[in-house]
Amino acid sequence: MKYLKQFFIILLISLIGEILKATISLPIPASIYGMVILFVCLLTGVIKLEQVKDAGKFLIEIMPVMFIPAGVGLMVSWGDLKPILMQVSVITVVTVFTVMISTGLISQWIIRRNKEAK
Amino acid sequence: MEQFFSESAYSAVAVSLVSYGLGNWLKRRFKLGLFNPLLISIVCTILFLVVAGIDYETYKSGSSLLTWLLTPATVSLAIPLYEEYELLKANAKAVIIGIICGVITSLGTVLLLSKLMGLTHQQYVTLLPKSITTAIGMGVSEELGGYVTITVAVIVITGVIGNIIGEWICKVFRIHEPIAKGLAFGTATHAIGTAKAMEIGEIEGAMSSLSIAVAGIFTVALASVFANFM
Repeated sequence: MKYLKQFFIILLISLIGEILKATISLPIPASIYGMVILFVCLLTGVIKLEQVKDAGKFLIEIMPVMFIPAGVGLMVSWGDLKPILMQVSVITVVTVFTVMISTGLISQWIIRRNKEAK
Repeated sequence: MEQFFSESAYSAVAVSLVSYGLGNWLKRRFKLGLFNPLLISIVCTILFLVVAGIDYETYKSGSSLLTWLLTPATVSLAIPLYEEYELLKANAKAVIIGIICGVITSLGTVLLLSKLMGLTHQQYVTLLPKSITTAIGMGVSEELGGYVTITVAVIVITGVIGNIIGEWICKVFRIHEPIAKGLAFGTATHAIGTAKAMEIGEIEGAMSSLSIAVAGIFTVALASVFANFM
């Protein structure tokens, strides 16, 4: 019963997320509404960590498997990707560099400045 | 074969899981970032379907159970975020500013390069959520009208690249603070990069995993703004 209850809570929040997505016309996926709701519920103590932890951790652990069908979809979208393969590759690699460097250096600067202030 | 495959309730899921297991085995056997289980399972499943002459729609309806679990799994990402909440609060300024800068840099780099290389709007929005976790990125691409399957592939490859060269990037650009390193990994290369950050150290891993959800949320908010720029 423990897992069933936990899974039920997570599904209920997913459902609320879907209802919000259907009623609010913003380009926000249902899962994001759900994630924010669960986070706020945990922070405020409406839901205790133990009430969702096991089922949630299991879902997160097997999550990579859930992306396989979408990845396999490349079979049909290969025709759309092929003409821009070069551009997509450049963007993919360059962005890894720019994002890591900007986040890393800026947060490091803030941390070191705080340390000096202390 | 095709007929059995489309009537069987488990074959599509089984093929996906077996190929994922193979990827996991290869990764442990060779300890190479390139052998990412997800990447390998996608390639193996495609090969299997092509060789067996099964078309994607048949496979897709069989594997819909996996996709169905994606929303509750993404909702569950709130759990690790909550567990790292104390760490987030203690470093709130560095975390929030660092991640927002990373998200804007990611969207900005995609915008600039897409303009320079003459991509269409649809191709551009496909790439916008490339740095964040697949679960959220897929949703963003779908909402903005991108090619979701290409988004998934690009996100996975981004993670694999970060997993392989992330440590080297940190070294070359003198990112030494463990907190900053973790934030850089999580913001640029989501869960696949986080696996590497966890190998480097505990603080790096925790910071990286909290960045996944935070960067995802900021990207959801800002990607729809950036979508109007091109």
